[in-house]
Order: sequence, then structure tokens, then C-alpha cells
Amino acid sequence: MDWFMVLEWLIKSFVLVMVLLTGFAYLTWFERRVLAFMQVRIGPNRAGWQGLLQPIADAVKLIFKEELVPNQVEKLLFVLAPIVTVVPAVVIAAVLPWGPTIPFPIFGRTITLYIADINIGVLYITAIASIAVYGIVLAGWASNNKYAMLGGMRSSAQMVSYELALGLSFVTATLLAGSMQATHIVDAQKGVWFALVQPVMAIIFLVATLAEVNRAPFDMPEAEQELTAGYHTEYSGMKFALFFMAEYIKMIAISAIAVTLFFGGYREFWFLQTTWFSVDQNWWLGPIYMFLKIVVLLFFMVWIRATLPRIRYDRLMAFGWKVMLPLALVEIMVTATVLAFGLPWYVNTFASLVPFAVAVMIVDRSLTTKKQRRVSNA
Amino acid sequence: MSGEIFLFLTLALIAVLTALGMLFSKNTVYAALNLVINFITVAIFYLLLDAPFISLAQVTVYAGAIMVLFLFVIMLLGIQQISAELNWRSLILPGVLAAILLVEGLYLMLARTGAGLAFSVTTTAALANPSEMSKQLFSDYLLPFEATSILLLVAMVGAIVLTKKEKGGDA
Repeated sequence: MDWFMVLEWLIKSFVLVMVLLTGFAYLTWFERRVLAFMQVRIGPNRAGWQGLLQPIADAVKLIFKEELVPNQVEKLLFVLAPIVTVVPAVVIAAVLPWGPTIPFPIFGRTITLYIADINIGVLYITAIASIAVYGIVLAGWASNNKYAMLGGMRSSAQMVSYELALGLSFVTATLLAGSMQATHIVDAQKGVWFALVQPVMAIIFLVATLAEVNRAPFDMPEAEQELTAGYHTEYSGMKFALFFMAEYIKMIAISAIAVTLFFGGYREFWFLQTTWFSVDQNWWLGPIYMFLKIVVLLFFMVWIRATLPRIRYDRLMAFGWKVMLPLALVEIMVTATVLAFGLPWYVNTFASLVPFAVAVMIVDRSLTTKKQRRVSNA
Repeated sequence: MSGEIFLFLTLALIAVLTALGMLFSKNTVYAALNLVINFITVAIFYLLLDAPFISLAQVTVYAGAIMVLFLFVIMLLGIQQISAELNWRSLILPGVLAAILLVEGLYLMLARTGAGLAFSVTTTAALANPSEMSKQLFSDYLLPFEATSILLLVAMVGAIVLTKKEKGGDA
């Protein structure tokens, strides 16, 4: 009996890791195709139908590439850094449910579609996310290269700063659900998604995650024009591929977290609840909904990369500390007040928009007055 | 049971080795990394003691936030090699104080061996369950909790004041 439990865990972990790894491979293809589409190009379409074999070709190429280890690097940390980067990215998704409990027993066991449903799931995510910084910092330092070092330091400063806003948006989801357990948070969104109850925090979460995974427009650690390639300048072959892999797996994982915390998890749209499309009636729809929601969020991330230019580093930090953090704190107070008085959820929605509008006005004001000053000086 | 003891001994060995490594490594980056591993091992100890909340808080706060800032400062200042010799005389007073603390801790530990856990049942439940823990924090332990928050606020304001002063004084 006990062995079946171990076997179940092993199978589920294996499936999750495999999904993340293939997801990474096809996310690169997806990103290149979507970027090409947005830039009126064609993109990779040679290998296989519509270029679907492109990721395999890339992988083969990277495996057979020569791996250089420069002479002046700290050998141990140089080799360790890519591994330290990939592991948190893979394990962070362990607490997320990707479907309801399977209604019929398999080998006498009720199978649940998550690996671990711990009562501090949200805290687990923050803990792993905060560990993820090390890989990049160590890669930057161990490379013994000025550009890599600058990239590593930028990333550590940036990730630590945006982790604050990220953690606070976790707090909102916890407040609304009344639990830190991922399955409870999903169940609490049966009626209304938290993205509708607290839209501002959902936006803050999405912006902070972009900074957290070093994606454009916050890809400071690897800004090509300034730092050649930032922290992975000295890496080649499979070691470079590991950094690449970590970034894309993190994108998938963080989209899955966003879906779980704010977009109803594996659940259907609230108005489909009593119909055939509900996960309560057909359990196998859960993973499909989860997949579709993640793809939509990934599309948004690629879309943002295609649209927005990289912002300046000091502005990035100022935005994180002076706009996102205070706004997130005020939003938590708003949510807590609404919950304490037991008001209906739409009050929360409207109340949350007020500090957001104030923040937008303040930022807009500070930008225009600076511009006017510059004009009057010239 | 024997599995748990084996796990404990392995973790204890890692914890002691990384602590020693932190003390004796010449390279500050390696010292910091040793400390990180030490923090994570201690976090696993908390997990073994059925206190998952404290365990993950340990990882988030110490290993995730504080040590990253340490590394950041080490890299920013470029002090990778420690060259200065120790001034043994300045260590006498802290050494004596630390020895007293150590004796005190050992005495407490040995005096309580076999006496069973002194904690009440509610405390154990609170450690395992975050909502129980917050209930305790905001009812029975409200005063210490608020006092800690004020202490942290004072530290934060102090840090900001110190950096401000330096800028104004230099210019």
C-alpha cells in the first residue's frame, strides 16, 4: 500500500518535470513564431511541419557544441551556477494543483492532481523564488568578467526589489481565500476569480513576475547593448542552454502560479459552473483549462516583449520601490478593510481602482513636470 | 525511527561542517555560501520538528533575502580575499560572553533532558498550522509581536537616516 503512494508520487513528479521540459522546448518555438508574426516575418518553419521540430534541432546543436570553461573562472561555482538556476525553476510548481481529485479510485487509491498540497503552499513559492536568485548571482561572480558581474548584480538587486511586490500580491490572494493552501485558493475562486476581485494586485503580480524571470522589458541582467549578454556571457553549449531553460521554465511556472492565484486555477469560467464544461462534472477538463490559461498568459508575456522597449535601470528600481511597493501596500489595506466589513466582492474591485488611479496620476505628474522643466531649461 | 536518526545525523554533520567552513574559508563568497547551506539545513531541522511555517520563513528571510544582500555587498565591494590578521585581544570580551552563553545553553539543555517538552499542546498545534499560529500571535502574544514590529520599524528608519546623513555630509 505504501509503495503505491511512492509510485504515485514518482509518476506525478516525472509527468510534471516532463511537461515542464517539453513545455520549455515548445515555448521557445512558440515565442519565436509569435514574435515573427508580430514583426511581419515568418520565423522558424523549416524543420518539420510549421517548424515543430525546431526545438529538437536546437537541442541537438547545443548538445554537440564545444563547452568552454575559461581559464580565470571559479571552476566549482561556474559549473554549479546553471544547476542552481534550473532546480528552483523546476521544483516551484510542485504545490500547484492542475486538476480536481479523480472521482474513481485507481488501484484502490484516490488520485489527486497535485504533488504536494501543503498548508503553506504560498510560502513555499516565495521561499523557492527567493532561492532562485543565487544561480544568476553566482554565475555573474564566478565568470570573472566585468559584464557578467554587472549582470549578476543587477539581477540580484532587481529580483530582491520586485520580490517585495510579488510577495504582497501573494498576501492578497491569501487574504481573499483565507488560506495559504493552493487548493483552497482555487476553490475560493469557484464563484469569482481573484483577478476580478482585486484587478490591481493581479496587474502588480504580472509586472513583478516579468522582473522576477528577467523578461523584457525588465531584462536588465542580459541587456545586450550594455552588457553583451550579462551573467551568461562566458557560458556556452549545454551550460548556456541550462540558463535558457531556467528562464523559460520559470515563465511557465510563474504563469501557472498566476493562474492559480488570480485566474481561477484549473476551474472553468464562473458562468459555466452548472454546465457540462464544469470541472465538477468532467474532471479531465481541469488540466486542459490550466493549459489553455497558461498559454494565454505566455502569449501576453511574448506580446509584451514584442511591444515594449527595455526601460532604464534606475527607472526600473525607482518603479519597483516607489510605485509598486506602496501601491501594493495600500491595496492590501483596501482588501483587508473590505473583507473585515464583510462587503460584497465588487466593492473590493471598485475600491482597489481608487489607489491605482491616484498612483497613475502621481507618476504621470512627476513625468510631465520633469519634461516641462527640461523644456524651460533648454 | 532509525531513518529519522540517520537523517538527523547527516543534517547535523552538514550543518556543523558548513558552519566551520564559513568560519575558516579565506574567500568571503564561499563563506557566505557555506552560511546559506547552513541556513537551509537548519530549515530542514525545523521541518523535521513539525514546524513547516518557521522552516520556510527561515529559507525565505535568511537564505533568500539576507544572504543575497550579503553576497551583493561582498561583490560590490570586491572584498573576496580576507587578508587582515585577527586582533585576538579585541576578541576577549565577546569570547567570554559567548562562553557564558554556551555554558548557560548547555546547562538548560542537560537539566531538561528526559523531562519531556515544556511546551503546551497549543504551541505545537500553532507551529504546524499557520492560521493557528496567527491566532496565537494576535491574541496571547500580541504585545511582544507589536513590540517586535516597532523594533523593526526603528531599525528601518535608522538605516534610512544613516544613508541620508552620509550623502548630505559628503556633498
